[in-house]
Amino acid sequence: MASQPAIELKNITKRFGKVVANKNVNLTVNRGEILSILGENGSGKTTLMNMISGIYFPDEGSIYVNGEEVVIASPKDAFTYNIGMIHQHFKLVDVFSAAENIVLGIKDGKYNLKKSTERIKQISEQYGFEIDPEKKIYTMSVSEKQTVEIIKVLYRGADILILDEPTAVLTPQETSKLFNILRRMRDDGKSIIIITHKLHEVLSLSDKVAVLRKGEYVGTVNTAETNEAELTEMMVGKKVDLNIFRSEPCSDEVRLSVKGITCVDRQGTVVLDDISFDVKAGEILGIAGIAGSGQRELLEAVAGLQKLNSGEITYNNPNTGNADNLRDKTPMQIRNLGVRLSFVPEDRLGMGLVGNMDIVDNMMLRSYSKGKTVFLERTGPRYLALKIINDLEVVTPGASTPVRRLSGGNVQKVLVGREIASSPTVLMVAYPVRGLDINSSYLIYNLLNEQKEKGVAVIFVGEDLDVLIELCDRIMVIGSGKITGTVDARTTTKEEIGLLMTKSDYKGEMNNG
Amino acid sequence: MADVKNNIKSKREPLIHIAKRDDMVWWKAWIIRGIAILTSIIIMMAIALVLANVSRPEYASVSVIVETMYRGVLGRIEEGSFVMLWKYLQEVAILLCLALALTPAFKMKFWNCGAEGQALIGGFGAVVCMIELGGKVPDALLIPIIIVVSILCGAIWGFIPAIFKAFFNTNETLFTLMMNYIATKIIAYYVYIEGGGSHVIAPQKHGNLPNLLNNDYLLNIVIVALLTVVMFVYLKYSKHGYEINVVGESQNTARYIGINVKKVIIRTMCISGALCGVGGMLLVAGTDHTIRTDSIGGQGFTAIMISWLGQFNPFIMVIMTGLVKFLEMGMGKVADNCHLNSSFADIVVGIVLLCVVGCEFFVRYSVKFRRNKKEVKA
Amino acid sequence: MIVQFICRAILLSIPLLYGSTGEIITEKSGHLNLGIPGIMYVGAISGVTGAFLYEQACGNDIAKMNMILAILIPFLFAVTGSVLVGLLYSFLTVTLRANQNVTGLAITTLGVGLGNFLGGSLIKLIDTDMSSISLGKTSKFFKMQLPFADDLGWFGDIFLSHDFLTYLAIIIAVAASIILSRTRVGLNLRSVGENPATADAAGINVIKYRYLATCIGAGVAGLGGLQYIMAYADGSWSNDAFGDRGWMAIALVIFALWKPSMAIIGSFLFGALCNANNYITGLGTETQELFKMLPYVVTIIVLIITSMRKKREHQPPENLGLNYFREER
Repeated sequence: MASQPAIELKNITKRFGKVVANKNVNLTVNRGEILSILGENGSGKTTLMNMISGIYFPDEGSIYVNGEEVVIASPKDAFTYNIGMIHQHFKLVDVFSAAENIVLGIKDGKYNLKKSTERIKQISEQYGFEIDPEKKIYTMSVSEKQTVEIIKVLYRGADILILDEPTAVLTPQETSKLFNILRRMRDDGKSIIIITHKLHEVLSLSDKVAVLRKGEYVGTVNTAETNEAELTEMMVGKKVDLNIFRSEPCSDEVRLSVKGITCVDRQGTVVLDDISFDVKAGEILGIAGIAGSGQRELLEAVAGLQKLNSGEITYNNPNTGNADNLRDKTPMQIRNLGVRLSFVPEDRLGMGLVGNMDIVDNMMLRSYSKGKTVFLERTGPRYLALKIINDLEVVTPGASTPVRRLSGGNVQKVLVGREIASSPTVLMVAYPVRGLDINSSYLIYNLLNEQKEKGVAVIFVGEDLDVLIELCDRIMVIGSGKITGTVDARTTTKEEIGLLMTKSDYKGEMNNG
Repeated sequence: MADVKNNIKSKREPLIHIAKRDDMVWWKAWIIRGIAILTSIIIMMAIALVLANVSRPEYASVSVIVETMYRGVLGRIEEGSFVMLWKYLQEVAILLCLALALTPAFKMKFWNCGAEGQALIGGFGAVVCMIELGGKVPDALLIPIIIVVSILCGAIWGFIPAIFKAFFNTNETLFTLMMNYIATKIIAYYVYIEGGGSHVIAPQKHGNLPNLLNNDYLLNIVIVALLTVVMFVYLKYSKHGYEINVVGESQNTARYIGINVKKVIIRTMCISGALCGVGGMLLVAGTDHTIRTDSIGGQGFTAIMISWLGQFNPFIMVIMTGLVKFLEMGMGKVADNCHLNSSFADIVVGIVLLCVVGCEFFVRYSVKFRRNKKEVKA
Repeated sequence: MIVQFICRAILLSIPLLYGSTGEIITEKSGHLNLGIPGIMYVGAISGVTGAFLYEQACGNDIAKMNMILAILIPFLFAVTGSVLVGLLYSFLTVTLRANQNVTGLAITTLGVGLGNFLGGSLIKLIDTDMSSISLGKTSKFFKMQLPFADDLGWFGDIFLSHDFLTYLAIIIAVAASIILSRTRVGLNLRSVGENPATADAAGINVIKYRYLATCIGAGVAGLGGLQYIMAYADGSWSNDAFGDRGWMAIALVIFALWKPSMAIIGSFLFGALCNANNYITGLGTETQELFKMLPYVVTIIVLIITSMRKKREHQPPENLGLNYFREER
């Protein structure tokens, strides 16, 4: 029974416009087996799983369930083949109880919540879930919500479970609990596919590992026959020479100093844990890490958008020579201190720009309050808009086009252009080349280098390790809100960073098969 | 096998596919809105013709109805009689004033449904001043007091829901709606006290706004015309207007650039309420010189729709107000002549508004009918 | 006098109960229907029209009138009229995704206009000099009391003396309450109003639920108009008499925290508040006007308290006022 394939993918290819998200992927999962899908952000793991669960439809290739070719065109079709997916973003109604959420949308005879509760309890006992079916979702922790999602899928009789980065939001203890449950399900004959990019989890949990890299299928190995180093190499690939120009750092002056900042979010999760680092004028400090390890909170904390529980952020003002504390100041107060801090946030149209406003008005976001009259001054911003359109080759019908209508690369040029225009002394950029084509990406790298040469302290949060290694001077790696290491970009290797990224305190079950 | 997939695909795709459009060219959008208005006028004409046929067959022709509307609203302009025209412009001015007042709030995505109450309470402020201070202080002093008091009253009526919205995110739609009725009851109370058993306050002699060029309505019209320009400039060229826009579009961005969102919400609602107060004041001190609970007569609600349909652009709102008031008053006259109930005008306004609201769908979405040919898998 | 006060409060509360039950059903699907005041007018005038036609057909002779028809015709007219307006609202907001606030207000303008127009026209049709239509005969059928009502003293007066629409209102509210909290349909409906994307993913037809909830809600609310005419106003329609009860019904929804069972208590309380001024001795007419403000003030206070406490069960449905478009998430 162990060798009977539950689900097979053959030569699956999926394109979104020009972008190839998955190319010729082949996978097999047997009954009673756990398969990990390993890959960096953007390597096409989630797209692949969405095709199994009926959200996307593959352009090429075929899917076999229990040896028969099937067509999965909707989540409903996936249900009929007993495939259930647990998404990263939970689909739950907050004011409903767990039981209500689990039975939502099922049509099986008479509606009887008590009976359903019994079945939920039975499933919970079978696999070792701890759940109160009557508890409301909004009072639940993330891990409880995840439990509800898993039971929801089991309640519908799923044999093949797909979990999309289930551990990203869990504490080590919760993760180990979840893994025990998954093992029990495997022993029960269920097939489990788990998406992750944490190596130790892969090694401790799965029977087989399939690796994807930039949409391409690299291969499948048996967990018992592999090790971290081999998997890391499969995941990050050989070093690619990008030929990004890099100058030597020009100064030793510490511009921004962060000491021991800690931040706890509303759910009570520690998102930043005792982070300390310095950024010098005229250097690019890279920040590497799995998405959601605290990068966003870190930058927002410096920008005055995140309340901190402890720690200090000090800015050494080159003009006044003062050391100003930026903690607990609003962006306006920071600006009024004379701190020239620019920030290119990850969410370009939701935070950095206003999609419905035109380029000129977006230029004013930072500067509109200047001037003594009650009126806006649009001449300067218009001039700036035209200058940016011209210098950065922004493709747009004109300066009065709403930015929402520009392509991703051009939106980013507008945003970066504006942030640089205020001649900052500290420049923070988060994933500045995400979704950009090669030319636009290089333009952004050049801009960052120019700023560095001008003596600006640049903080660069990135995901492509090749870029980080070639562009930055130092790379700080964070994992689960903690600094796991800082390396010299000139001497480091991708493997070193890769290992630091996946390193965390959780090592308890490394060798547990 | 390809057949299986095609079958699934065709089963999956519904007959009509609705997709969000990118921006439509502005003139195309206006053609669609024009068609909607035309449609509503045709519906209205058809109803009017049928009804006239029943009660006064001699009125049952399009030309007679159009002429009645024209005479009913504008009077005999060509003969040099402008009385009707002024009355029409006055009606337009008051409605426009309320719509203008609501616009900054709506632009901020604050659903101020309280124009009715804010205007009433502004008018109430004016009446109280007229009655309590009339004759005791000279008009030259009384009028500025009236203006200040009305504006303050309106602003307070906007301020109260705004603080709760800013700090507790209390639902502003329902809050402002309730504030309307509180205002109504306060006025009912005051009318009882001052009017005694007669349920009316006699027109006051003191504290009336001066007549411009001997015309009862000109001053109101001029003030509202000025307000239109000021509001346009405020929204488009002032820093406040810019902040309102950013807060309405994305509170996240507003915080990112350091705008104090709470402050903007409260300030904008004070302005919105204050301008409604001005509307009430113009009606009370400018023309009516008294107040009733139905002085505003539901125009606060019509103003909501005018502001929204005018795309928050004061100049488009002028056109919308002119159109709606023309149809309302014109159809009122037609109804009158045909011995129909005057509420016919409300039905007409309702139909026009529903048509224009509905047509926005075709501006924002494109509708594609699925072709019946089998798609070959790409 | 207390018995009289309670009876009066019940009588005043029933239109509100119909309106708020209808609005709760609608809001649970995620639609804030501000057209309810207009829909109640339409319900009232449709019922009046039905009753008028039947009375005319019977030659205004009560002896010729059949009790069942006399009740059924206005009843069906009222439900049909208000459901049609509800359908118009749902077409605009669900299918055409028009702004709910603006559509609702336009529906109210239209509905009130329609009510007054038809009412005014009927008045002209019978050529009375009065400003109202009297349908006293139909009203008599509607107001038939339960047996024993007169024999049981205060108990009979309070619990048995009402018209059948009063009992129907309570039955509908209780039924709505049970359906919403205890059945699959209710669960699905609530999920549509809370999180349509989740409901959609679970295979629930969001559009169907929103249409049905809005139309049924409108039908229920329309009965409130009918009850007002037939029971409260003894069958006489005069323009604008229904007043702002529709808005009060919407206010009551908040007061009832979106629970039809709470709406029963709430509407009685509102009815009592509206009526209290007549029973507190020593109040001048002017103070009575101030007293009429109470329901609104109470509503605002409830609104503020619920938003401050942020208790999730007491919040409006999460997607209230937002139209759903699957491709935009």
